[in-house]
This record gives sequence, structure tokens and C-alpha cells, in this order.
Amino acid sequence: MAGTGYKGARIDDVDHFLKGGGIDSEREQTIGQHIGYRYDVNLLPDYGKLTPFLKDYLEFMGWDDLNWLEDVHMGYDDGQAAVFDRNINGWVAIPEDMELPDNQQDRDMIAREMLIKFQMSPDHPLVDLYQAYRKF
Amino acid sequence: MAGVGESVSTQMGMHTEPLTGRDIKTKFTLENEGGFGYHFARDVDFNRRAEIDCADLEPTEINGKIRDLMDSGHGSIVLRNPGAKHSLVVGILNRMNIIVDGSLGYFGCGLLDGPTVRISGRVGWSFGENMMAGVCVVEKNAGSTFGAALRGGDLVCKGSVGSRTGIDQKGGTIVVGGDTGAFSGFMMQRGRMVVCGNAGKNLGDSMYDGTIFIGGEIQDLGVDAVPADLTDLDRAWLTRKLTMYELLPGKGVDHFTKIVAGKQLWSYDNLEPTEKKLVL
Repeated sequence: MAGTGYKGARIDDVDHFLKGGGIDSEREQTIGQHIGYRYDVNLLPDYGKLTPFLKDYLEFMGWDDLNWLEDVHMGYDDGQAAVFDRNINGWVAIPEDMELPDNQQDRDMIAREMLIKFQMSPDHPLVDLYQAYRKF
Repeated sequence: MAGVGESVSTQMGMHTEPLTGRDIKTKFTLENEGGFGYHFARDVDFNRRAEIDCADLEPTEINGKIRDLMDSGHGSIVLRNPGAKHSLVVGILNRMNIIVDGSLGYFGCGLLDGPTVRISGRVGWSFGENMMAGVCVVEKNAGSTFGAALRGGDLVCKGSVGSRTGIDQKGGTIVVGGDTGAFSGFMMQRGRMVVCGNAGKNLGDSMYDGTIFIGGEIQDLGVDAVPADLTDLDRAWLTRKLTMYELLPGKGVDHFTKIVAGKQLWSYDNLEPTEKKLVL
């Protein structure tokens, strides 16, 4: 990820986890799987890259910044770009035909926008869960 | 890319199937988009304001009245005479404004997802526990475990907070204008914590990930918490965030110390006994 770090190491290739699956360290090679997150969870957002949709969302919510979306990044699951949706505890894959920007900050903004559209959709699994388990 | 079939642990017979792919897999389908709020969220208007006098009401009655007002479209609610009652303003999954004119007891503002809450007084322990999104601003001091298991949003205390601030924090931002007690950031997993004053013993003990910024003195660091360099992105973010809550120090943010996880505990079970001693 250009200009970001992962497990203390600087990663310069934005497609690092798309190309290699993130099996880099000796220990990861020993166990045959990637350890930990597939992105830098500590990367702070660059507010100069806010999309018009995100600006409208923040205005609707009455917030001055990205709020919970500061923790949303574009990650990589099984060699595919994806966003982690905490409300379903699972990865949501980015359509394969979508062209990704060449830097992590722009990718993160796309991930935030797509996650909001997905979570607020009437098709989201949380709608059924809310009906089944809500207490008030 | 080394597949599971080629790994040493597989050859040793330790497992026969990949550990990945256990979670739900979904693809984005944006054909049926909703609005900016949850599909089940109430439609409220920020300009419709109401007040609740909490003096003679039980916490469940107060929380019920808040929901009734939301059902009738009120987007701004003021709680008068809260009397430091416990478990008020909880479980709200909506955008809206709530103003608390006074102090709250324990477990105030827990399980929130969306609202903006301002409290003019103090709050008890476990304030903002498990908050998903939104903003909570406390004008005075807060008790222990402020922002326990916080998952998202901004939790701000303009005064000082007790011990174990942000214990098990999984996201979001905690901002403290004063000091924080011992074991702040204990078992932190992600998110950001900003303390303008001093931090007590064992800061960031056993933190797995996330970032802590301290403006004052740190009594000592916990296991696997290590200093890191403040980047330009950190400075810009800190300046922006502290300005938002009128907590930006006169001398700026260059003096803040950044603490991150050393990540020596990530594979703790796999370490040799001598390696474990080195980590601890």
C-alpha cells in the first residue's frame, strides 16, 4: 500500500495483497495462511479525497468528519478487493470489473461509499435481523 | 503464493483444510439502494425539538419517552434533571441530537449508532460502551472504562477520565481533554485514542493494534506498547479532530507522543518460552 505500513513494514505496492495474498513472513509461509488484517487499520483518512456522496452523507448525519467511517478501509480477501462489513461480520467483495484507483486513500473512500450504500439498502441482512431480534 | 497444501503445518498433519473462508462472503449489489440511514431508522427532523423532565421518571421510562418522541419525528431532544441516573440514552440507531442538561450515572449512552449527544455535566463508568457510530461530548469528567469496547464514532471528554479508558477498543476515536488513568488502551484492537494531558501506568497494555496519542507525560507503557513517529497525516488529523472539539492546545500537536502495538503478541502462542519472556 503506497505510503502505508503493515506489521511494522512499509509496503509500497498498493496491489501487494491482490498479487501475493499476503503470505510474506516466515511464520505465514510455515502455517500457509496470512496472519492478521489484509490492510493497514491505522491508516488515517485524507480528507482532501472525500467523494460528493460522502459529503452528502456527513451532512445528512450532522457530523463534521467521517466519524465511524474513519475505520473503514478497502481490504483484500482471498486476493480480491473487499470491504469488511461489521454488521454481518463478513467481507463484501468489490465487483471484479471495477477499476481500482492507484492509491489506498482513494480506494478507502470508494470502500466507505459502497459500504454505506450496502448497509442502508433494504436488502441488507441487518434488516431481517432487526425485525427478528429487536427489543424495542 | 504458498497454498495450504504446501505449508509445513499441513505436511505435519496439523490441519487438513484452509482456515480462511470461514466468514460470510457477499458481493456488492447496489441495484436496490436505500437512503443515508438504516432502512429501519425513524424519519426525524433536527428542527423538531422536545424536552423530557427526568426528575420523577425511572431510566426505562426516560428511554421509552425518547423513543416515543423519535416515533413522532422529533430529531432534537433535551433531558432536564437527569440526576445521574444510570443507563440513559442507550440503543439509539438513528441520527438525531440529544442534549443532557446535567450528569449521567453508569452505562450512559451505550450501544449508540448514529446520534450526536452533548452532556453538560459528568458521567459515570462505562460511558459510551460499545458505541458503533455518532458523537458524544462530555463537558466535565468521566469515570473508569470510558468508551469500553468502542467500535466507532467520536467519544469526547473535555475533563479527565478514570482508569481502563478504551479497554478492548475495536474502533472509533476517544478524545480526552485532561488526564487518563492506569491501563488506558488495555487490549486495544483498533481505533484511535487522543489524550491531551497525562497517562497513568501501563498505557496500551497488550494492545493488538490501533493508535494512542498522548500530549502530556506517560507514567509507563504496558506490554507490547511502543512509541512510533508522528507523521504529517497524524498531525493533520490531530489538528482537525482537536479543533472540532475546541481542545487544540495553543502549542499545536507536535509535542504529542504516538504509541502503537509492537505486534510481538500477534503470534504469542507460537513463541518459544525464551521469546515469551522477552515480550513480557
